[in-house]
Amino acid sequence: MQTRDLKKHQQAIRGDDMFEIVAFYLFAFLTIGMFSVTVMTNNVLYALCSLASGMIFISSFFFLLDADFLGVVQIVVYTGAVMALYAFGMMFFDSMAEVKEKVNNPRLAFFLTGMVTLVIVIMFAAPIIGESAQTGLYPIHPEYGNVQDIGLVLFTKYLIPFEIAAVMLLVAMIGGIILAGKKMDTSYSEMSEAEIQEYEAGLETPKDNK
Amino acid sequence: MSLNEYLILSTILFSIGLLGVIRRKNLLMLFFATEIMLNAVNIGLVAISKFHGDLTGQMFAFFIVAVAASEVAVGLGLLILLYKRKNNINLDSIQSMKG
Repeated sequence: MQTRDLKKHQQAIRGDDMFEIVAFYLFAFLTIGMFSVTVMTNNVLYALCSLASGMIFISSFFFLLDADFLGVVQIVVYTGAVMALYAFGMMFFDSMAEVKEKVNNPRLAFFLTGMVTLVIVIMFAAPIIGESAQTGLYPIHPEYGNVQDIGLVLFTKYLIPFEIAAVMLLVAMIGGIILAGKKMDTSYSEMSEAEIQEYEAGLETPKDNK
Repeated sequence: MSLNEYLILSTILFSIGLLGVIRRKNLLMLFFATEIMLNAVNIGLVAISKFHGDLTGQMFAFFIVAVAASEVAVGLGLLILLYKRKNNINLDSIQSMKG
């Protein structure tokens, strides 16, 4: 009786493993394909769409790794906010035009990429291989659930970085508004250099000068 | 699934992003490639967090997402200013020092 229960339990675990393996490889190939399209295509719209779908596929890895909160954040922040921001930013550019790029030596780029990645991987993998099991700084409590666990650590140990991140986002928002929203009615690219200087000098002098 | 598979996937995605950073000349495409690299690192951090039973990796990934969001906001603002001035966003057109 007990052995049968054990066997059933093992089969259930194996079924879970099977599901995880299938999901991992499916999403791995989808993600790699989508990001390859992003890197290789010459159309900005294709790159944007494939990048957005790749971000959604990446969130599936977070769900597979029991990081539910981060998976939701990935979908909401990356595909919701960042991609929308890119889409809005692209309205300023000539997005339908083919991107013309002059690459002097494509083989050298491939070779350099491979070598640099290899060096980085070895650099970061060496300490992990060296000391296999470290004691956790903030251990995961499976009985709490991921969101609650993250909240506990984030609002106790990481409270100051969290607040600094909030201020940084505020500064970035104001910076983005000021950089992009300044002088929306004039286009520098349609003026000559002398006109731009004249225009900027006119902006800097106070109005009571007239 | 073991830690190695996730780290290998993370490496592959990172090298795709790195390839994009090296071969792209268009600044918007360059931004896309950096996003790919940030996401690849996030996968590696979360995988290590799971297999070592430690939440620190997820915390790091969380802050990386925040930094990426603010980077996009400021970067796109600068890109729009650059486009207004030069009328294209090619990396070669920003080159102003002749050497």
